[in-house]
This record gives sequence, C-alpha cells and structure tokens, in this order.
Amino acid sequence: MMRVLAANGWTAGLAGLLVLLLVVTKLIQPSFGVSGLDNLARSALPFALATVGMAVVVIAGGIDLSIAAMMAVASVTAAVLMDGAGDGQAVFAVLAVLVVGLAMGALNGALIVVTRVPDIVVTLAMLFVWQGVALLILNAPGGGAAPWLRALAVGGVTLPGVPPALTDWLPRGFVFLAVVVAAIWWPIRRSKLGLMFYAVGSDSQAAYRSGVPVGPVRIAAYAVCGLFAALAGLAVTMGTGIGEPIPGPYLLASVAAVVLGGVVLGGGRGGILGPILAVIVLRLVRMDLTLLSVDPNTAAIIEGLIMVGVVMFGAVLATQGRKT
Amino acid sequence: MTPAPAPSAALLDATGIAKRFGAVVALRDASLQVAPGQVVALMGANGAGKSTFVKILTGALKPDAGHVRIRGRDSTVASPAGARRSGLVPVYQEPSLIPDLSVADNLRLGDTPVDRFRHWISQLGLPGLRQDAMIRALPLASLRILDLARALAVEPDVLLLDEMTAALPTDLVERVLTVVRAQADAGRSVIYISHRFTEIAAICDRATVLRDGLTVGDVAIEPGIEDRIVEMMLGAGVATAAGTARRIPLPQSVPRLSVRGLATGTRLTDVSLVLRPGEVLGVVALEGQGQDELFDVLAGNRRATAGTVEVDGHPMTFAHPADAIAAGLTLVPGDRAHALLMQRSVRENIALPLLARFGNWGGIPARDERTRVGAAIDRLQIDTRAQGEVRRLSGGNQQKVTIARWIAKGVQTLLLFDPTRGIDIRTKRQIYALVRDLADQGAAVLFYTSELAEVRLACDRAVVIFNGRVVDVIEAADADEPTLMRAAYGLTEKTGLIDKTGLIDKTGLIDKTGAVA
Repeated sequence: MMRVLAANGWTAGLAGLLVLLLVVTKLIQPSFGVSGLDNLARSALPFALATVGMAVVVIAGGIDLSIAAMMAVASVTAAVLMDGAGDGQAVFAVLAVLVVGLAMGALNGALIVVTRVPDIVVTLAMLFVWQGVALLILNAPGGGAAPWLRALAVGGVTLPGVPPALTDWLPRGFVFLAVVVAAIWWPIRRSKLGLMFYAVGSDSQAAYRSGVPVGPVRIAAYAVCGLFAALAGLAVTMGTGIGEPIPGPYLLASVAAVVLGGVVLGGGRGGILGPILAVIVLRLVRMDLTLLSVDPNTAAIIEGLIMVGVVMFGAVLATQGRKT
Repeated sequence: MTPAPAPSAALLDATGIAKRFGAVVALRDASLQVAPGQVVALMGANGAGKSTFVKILTGALKPDAGHVRIRGRDSTVASPAGARRSGLVPVYQEPSLIPDLSVADNLRLGDTPVDRFRHWISQLGLPGLRQDAMIRALPLASLRILDLARALAVEPDVLLLDEMTAALPTDLVERVLTVVRAQADAGRSVIYISHRFTEIAAICDRATVLRDGLTVGDVAIEPGIEDRIVEMMLGAGVATAAGTARRIPLPQSVPRLSVRGLATGTRLTDVSLVLRPGEVLGVVALEGQGQDELFDVLAGNRRATAGTVEVDGHPMTFAHPADAIAAGLTLVPGDRAHALLMQRSVRENIALPLLARFGNWGGIPARDERTRVGAAIDRLQIDTRAQGEVRRLSGGNQQKVTIARWIAKGVQTLLLFDPTRGIDIRTKRQIYALVRDLADQGAAVLFYTSELAEVRLACDRAVVIFNGRVVDVIEAADADEPTLMRAAYGLTEKTGLIDKTGLIDKTGLIDKTGAVA
C-alpha cells in the first residue's frame, strides 16, 4: 500500500511541479496564454511520444539508443509518402509509417535477443544504421505533410456545438498525445503482455521460471518502442510540415524524462504518466529560461542540475519513507 | 537396504540422462522413476550433478542423451513453460516470483487459478496474505509458501520441491510436510530435494541417490537407512591422505577470535566458535546452512542481529570491511572474481592491500613494495610471468594470488571461504602447505570447505554447521568423510534431531499419514 502511494506520489509531485511552473511562467510572461500553451504542446509532442517509447523499453529492462534515429526514418518516410499526395493516400502513408516503426523496433529487439549482444551496444549500432537509412530516403529536409494531419496537432480543440471559448484553451497536441497513449499503451498495460514487460524488467530469471517467454516479450517491448518512435517522428513532420532526416535531441531528452518520471533504469518499476509529465516539465523549464533570456549554455547547465537534484530528492524521500 | 520395487507405471520416468558442459561431465547416466502416490527424495553430495538433473527435469536445460517421460509421454521439454504443460511443476530454491509485481499480478502472469491458490495458501498457514501486497515487501518464508501454493493450484501430476523448507520456521515446515504427504496420498507424485533426513524420513517413500553424475542407488525409506544413503553419496574408496594437522597441542592462549551466539536473522541462527593463534579451524556445512552469513559478518560485509565477536579478547562490531581488516581479519572470498582486479598485473593485485589505506593516497614506496611482493610470489610458486594480467592465469594461480596478497601484508587471521574450489590437486596441496605455514607463524585460519576430505588434509579441528547452528566439533584425526557427512546432515547425537534406530516417529513431529502431532 505504501509502495502504491509512493509510486503515485511521485507522479502527483511531478503534476504539482508542472502546475507550479505554469504559474511561474505566467508571472514571468504575463502574456502567456492560449498560444503559449499551444506552443508548449507542439514542442513537447515529439519529445513526449519518444519518452513513452523509451519508458516501455526501460520498464522491460532494456534501453534503446536508436530512438531518435528511428524517429528520423519515420519522419522522412511520412514526408516522402505524403508529398503532394491526396488525403486517402496520406492515411495509407501514416499506417505505413507505423508499420515501419514496429518493424524497426522489432528488428532491434530481435538482434538483442538472438545475438545476445548487450542492448546498449546493439541499439548504438542501430542508431548509425537508422541514421543512414533516413538520409538515404531523404538527404535534406523536405517532403510534405497532409493538411488534415498537421491540423491534428496544431491549435486549440474545437468541438461541434460547443462554443470555441470553452475548449479553445486545450491544445490539440496534448489531446493527440492523450488519445494515442490511451489507445496503444493502456490496452497493453491492462493485458498480460504489459504484465510480462514488468516481469521481465523486474527479474528476467524469475520471469523465465514462471513460464514467461522472455525473448519474445523483449522483442515486443522494442517493437512498441519503435511504434512510439514512429509516432514521434510523425509528430515532427506534423509540427514542421516536412521530413527531418537528421535526428533531433530526442535520445538524451527521453532518457532524462524517463528517469525524472520515476522509471527505474534497470527495469520493472514505474509508469508512463510520470515520464510524460516529466518531459513537459523539462520543456517548460527550457521555455522559462528562454523567456528569462538566460544564456542557452547556462540554461543547459541549469537543466542538468535540476535533473540530478530532483532524482536525488526522490531517493531521499524513498529512504525516509522506508524508515518510518 | 531393500531395493524398492521398480514402479510399473511410473508417473515420471527419466532414464539415461547425460549432460556435459564443455569438458566437464555433469551427468553420465542419471535416472529417476516416480510412481503415482509416491514422494521420492533426490539426494546427492555437492557436485553430484543434482542441480543439473533438476534443470533437465524442469526443462531449463536439454539433456545430451536420455529421455524424460511424464505419464508415458516424452517430455524432454524445451522450457519451464513446456514442463508445466506436461504436468511437472517445480518450486525452485530461489523464489520465482517477480519482485516488482503484486501477488495478484504474479498469479495472473502464471495463469494460476486464484480460488485454488487461496485454498492452498490458507492450508499452508498464510490465510492473511493480501493479494495486493508487493512481492518485494514480503519476507522470504512467505515467498516460499506463496511459490508452493502457486504450484499446487495448477494441480500438477508431479511436484518438484528443491530445498523447500530451507528458509522456513518450524510451524510452516510442518504444514508444508503435511500438504506434501497429502499430495502423494491423493495419487500424485512429489520429487523432494532436501538435506534434512528428518523430513525425508517423515514424508518420503523412496530415495534416489546421485554420485558423480550417476544414479547409484534407489532405496526404500526405512529405519536406519540414512547410514546407507550417506555411504552411497560418498562412494567406496574414500581416499586417506596424510593430513597436515599439528601434532603438538596448542598452548592455551587468548583466542584470536571468539564468536558467541552469532545470528543474522536469516540463515545463521546460533554459531559459537573459538579460533586460537596457530590453529586452522575447518568449517563444514552443506550449501546454504549459514556459512556464507558467518563469513560475511566476520569480514564486515554484513551485520549480526545477535551474538558477539571478540578479537584477542576485545569485543568488536564491524560496520565496514575496513574495520574487519583493521582488526586483522582478512577474507579470501570463494569467488576469485570478487577479490581480484582481473585486468591488472599480479604485482599490482598483491600490492593493493598494502596501499589501500585511507590517508595514503600519495607515492608508492617502490622498493619496499617490490621486495614484499617478490617474496610473496616466491613463497607461493605462482607460475607467472608476473607482470601479466591476472585474468590470464589459471584458476589455481588466481587463487594463490588472493592468498599471496595477504601474506605480503602480514596476516593475523585469515578467513578462507572454499579456497580450493575448482582447482587442481597439485595447487590444492600447495595451498594446504601454505595455510599450515601461516598457522605455524602464529596466524589463525578459519577454513570453510565444501570438500569434506580437505578437513583432514588442512585443518586441526572442524566445526560443523547445520541449519544455522554448530552441531558438532570434530578433531582432524576423527574427521573421516562419513563422520563429517553425517554431522553435516544433522545426524549427530548432540542435536537430538533423529534417533538412529527409530526414525521420525519418536521426534513427534509428524507421522506418515500426514497428521501434525
């Protein structure tokens, strides 16, 4: 019971921190409002989706260093397929990108399971492979995105029959994120597969002895990560309208958010909501530092210190909790 | 000594099982038959191949030869899940529950029928167990019970229990034994692996004995059979080599190390011993009887929950290995990889303890180091182009390095944990001689060994630990293998655990019908 409270307490704490930061932002920049929130949502969306993918793999006891490169492959694939295409073809393009993402992830996982080379080495190697593949598909930023797809993540929510003023403040980016996570992760988490992710991450030996097919479960975790990487890559294209063949700063950001979000590196513990909140917190901190016109280099140092500080604070809380 | 009649329709039938790992032959020709309604004990000394056999039966390993049949169907299975489907469910020595999941989630993971699980968990004495409890938060004894209840809930044809009762308090042991016996009485089968003759006598019908990868015997359990089983586990022709035990009695001096009533709250429950300067004191115990914990406490790796440790007459508590080293106690761990810097040279490894002191971060007195290290290497006859990396040495030479480093430093009390495991006979002899040399120079040596014959070869006396307690102290002259083996299995007068003639009925623990007295 204490443990459940502690686990949810961490997420609640992050939510509190987020609210606090929003208030601070409003104080720094009194004009921060609907458009500011929309900006935040749009910039956070690819980071958040990448973080969810990373969180799944880390929960299952692995890590995927190729996540940003897979995003690049997804982004250029989407942009090339949708360039000048009609709406119907764009739907097909989106589905194709998701399948590509699943396949990339599954390949990462299969290599790790079959070759028994450590995950960190395999995915580091695959980082270069996927980088090359992305540049082969599109050697410079370009391509296009279907307008309806872009509209999914840009602007406020409008519902037919409801006055826009009531719903307009809620950015579509956040709604998109919530829908995607609810549609993909929630069913997995409730299924036996989700349980097996936690089991393999917690103690793969015990999982094996309990009859869990450890290898296939690992591969599935990497495939789910690939799927979220594809969604994140798609989000990049949705945000910019073009395909980006050069991987962005998503790898380290996603690992940082996973750790900050209460997922234990090494596996078995943590959830998805914490890392999502953490990634938004980290984006908001960066935004506030920019608003305060802090030198970007200094800002990076501050972000790093915040991470160490928060994780240390969490460890202190955990030991205190154990003592009482 | 009556051979059990071969069961005609064996529920489980494993025949001619062989398995090798590279050059090491773990199993030559192991077999096991279990008839419906029987509890069969699987026994064997350390290194007999028992754990490899268990892994093959449960599908974690594939045999090189032989077959396993359950209900007549071939089930040389490829995975634990496969073994489960064919009707054999194991409860392993280490709990196979996922620490970060709740009890309920663990049940879901293995498709365990919850109602039957509830039934068994209350039968086994834990009715208050909450389904939402995290496994990580539960004590080890509860986990063993949970594992057993989970196995029983799938109603297996054959239940395999590996050291099921090792971590359990007495009341739970009784419940487990009752339930296990009832399984057999209901026509199912149980393979029961245990070091405890009392339990085997109480619930088993037969015992199958392994030695050196061979099934050497299959006997019915009857009064007085334990002598015969010990004999089978040891085999004929127990070697008698000349020992190194000191011939002249030690002068009565202040003990270097005096341990009283030591307990760790886990496996170690009550150990007392006295170690004098110049003495080599053997420690004999089966796997997991508390010897690891004893050495951990003495080396400062773990704190005791009860009892006292005195060094040269002064009471001590060690908060850190550095405290133990400062008090002159140095541990040579059983796992060489834990003690050595594998990628550094022999010279550096030997020199490290000389340097590793707080307040000594500065220069290394090179000449002094060279002399001491050189002397230690000569003394040990380490076959080495001594500048090479330690990991390139043979296991025996590595072990010598772990001891050499403490000679170079000058040692008062040496704690050796199974120092000769897996090394050749010539190196072993060198190590015995070295240990004796150290003792003759006034060092006190505590020498745990998993090889019973070594007690005679290397020690003056030996304490025997069983179930976390010292059950016997045996002089080297009397320490032949059968005596040590009997003591290690708790078969001594002093414990009062078992009566040599009348078996278990007299202990009043349990009778064969399964009723708890």
